[in-house]
Amino acid sequence: MDNMIEIRWHGRGGQGAKTASLLLADAAFNTGKYIQGFPEYGPERMGAPLTAYNRISSSPISIHSNIYEPDYVVVVDDTLLESVAVTDGLKETGAIVINTTKSADYLKNVLKGYQGGIYTIDARKISMETLGKYFPNTPMLAAIVKVSKIMSEEALLEDMKSSFKHKFAKKPEVIEGNMKALEMALKEVKKI
Amino acid sequence: MSIRERLSGNEAAATAMKQINPDVVAAFPITPSTEIPQYFSNFVANGTVDTEFVAVESEHSAMSACIGAEAAGARAMTATSANGLSLMWEMIYIASSLRLPIVLSLVNRAVSGPLNIHCDHSDAMGVRDAGWIMLFSENNQEAYDNTLMAHRIAEHENVRLPLMICQDGFITSHSIENIELVEDDKVKEFVGQYHPEHYLLNEKEPIAVGPLDVQSYLFEHKAQQAEAMKNAKEVILEVAKDFEKMTGRSYGFFEAYQLDDAEVAVVCMNSTAGTTKFVVDELRKQGIKAGLLKLRVFRPFPVEEIANALSHLKAIAIFDKADSLNAAGGALFEDVTSSLYVCNKQVPAVNYVYGIGGRDTKADDIKKVYEELFQIAKSGKIENPFRYFGLRKEAQE
Repeated sequence: MDNMIEIRWHGRGGQGAKTASLLLADAAFNTGKYIQGFPEYGPERMGAPLTAYNRISSSPISIHSNIYEPDYVVVVDDTLLESVAVTDGLKETGAIVINTTKSADYLKNVLKGYQGGIYTIDARKISMETLGKYFPNTPMLAAIVKVSKIMSEEALLEDMKSSFKHKFAKKPEVIEGNMKALEMALKEVKKI
Repeated sequence: MSIRERLSGNEAAATAMKQINPDVVAAFPITPSTEIPQYFSNFVANGTVDTEFVAVESEHSAMSACIGAEAAGARAMTATSANGLSLMWEMIYIASSLRLPIVLSLVNRAVSGPLNIHCDHSDAMGVRDAGWIMLFSENNQEAYDNTLMAHRIAEHENVRLPLMICQDGFITSHSIENIELVEDDKVKEFVGQYHPEHYLLNEKEPIAVGPLDVQSYLFEHKAQQAEAMKNAKEVILEVAKDFEKMTGRSYGFFEAYQLDDAEVAVVCMNSTAGTTKFVVDELRKQGIKAGLLKLRVFRPFPVEEIANALSHLKAIAIFDKADSLNAAGGALFEDVTSSLYVCNKQVPAVNYVYGIGGRDTKADDIKKVYEELFQIAKSGKIENPFRYFGLRKEAQE
């Protein structure tokens, strides 16, 4: 399965890392891919470190283990960088995407010389500006799509629009903010 | 045309139940149950099904309510997991001895303790001698397909036994994956109406169900249950044939994956079979003749078929995701080796207990097992047939 892309998400309980992995699975599914989206269930509680996974492939996926050598890692909460080995097994040909405002020097240091791509995005700022509340998962979803090129930006926006319409059928006022969050994140994710 | 969807294993099971639209679902919809009754109760609340949903106060009552409903002449289903199944245990035996074709969706999770809610097969293995047909499912698709076939098997006049569909807790139950669904009308036609022969609500034939059965007849009734279990084999294959006509997906007692020309093979059930396929594919690319037998029908156990399918191998490893704690190997190991013995086939066999309490099953661990199998094939010697993989080193020292 050479064409399979494996992604690992690191977040904290309550931040929506699990939801983001499921949204990514959904969006990739809608472009015709085979997908897996699954969280690693532990002692779940708000704020506890949490891992979630995605596999995306153009052929059926049979493997059902956790992911140990991901192509991409997404860090939804930068306070995890010092306590969780986020680059464990991460391929040097891949990349890590971090929700942070910390300096490039700090990140290079804390990632212990990881040689692959390091991308940052300020998902807090984007979320506050577009939604007025801190929901990092929507900007992080856009960031990983942009970095991994799993699908085109247009395909993501189109798919998410219809997905938000369905998801937020009872509160349509948040659809526009979420779409803006995606658009901003696609523009603002930066390589250091 | 089938419907391309993406669902978790729990959603897949609930969707099958929705399409079957049984008369009664009785369940206790919190931990240690699954999301299945929760999803299903939504279908009830939305009027998508006209099932009578009985929200009982315990799993013991869930199975009791299913027994009452089936005995009355209705089609009943339930879902549970781990300690929920343990709490049903007394009634599990009543259901099968009364020959009530109840269908249960079992999401395999560890029976505590200490407290653990994660995947292993200790729940299913605890009821393996209870007289239920037991089907295992590699992924959401198989959990769905097995559920669609369940009633046709269980309700067949030569069978009339309850049936449980197993899938791996969290690994498939909470993982979103692609699935091909069958259209509602096709499912309805395939599953058909339930026409019980004898039932409590038949005013023309007043009967009693489950009265005292002492020395004079219990033995004979047990022998009839055993006979029904044997009959189930033929019915399972018949139903699978019809299912293949409808969907193109083929099912047997087991799936032989790269097995015909294999030198060594793994025998396992549920999601581990998927990870093993991944490993077999990698080994095959290197020209290594590795194979897999993925068991689907654990009860009735296909003795001759398994013995024949494995007889040409130089070594086999049987994986048990539940430790029988008996100093004699896991349940699947005992059944496979006993099958080989009674069919007069000699194949070196080792047992691996693995994945207990949700310990992740890695492709690398399985790769190592194949290496060990080739060593056995080469030397012809087995120093210790009772092994683990994935166990922390310090526990073994």
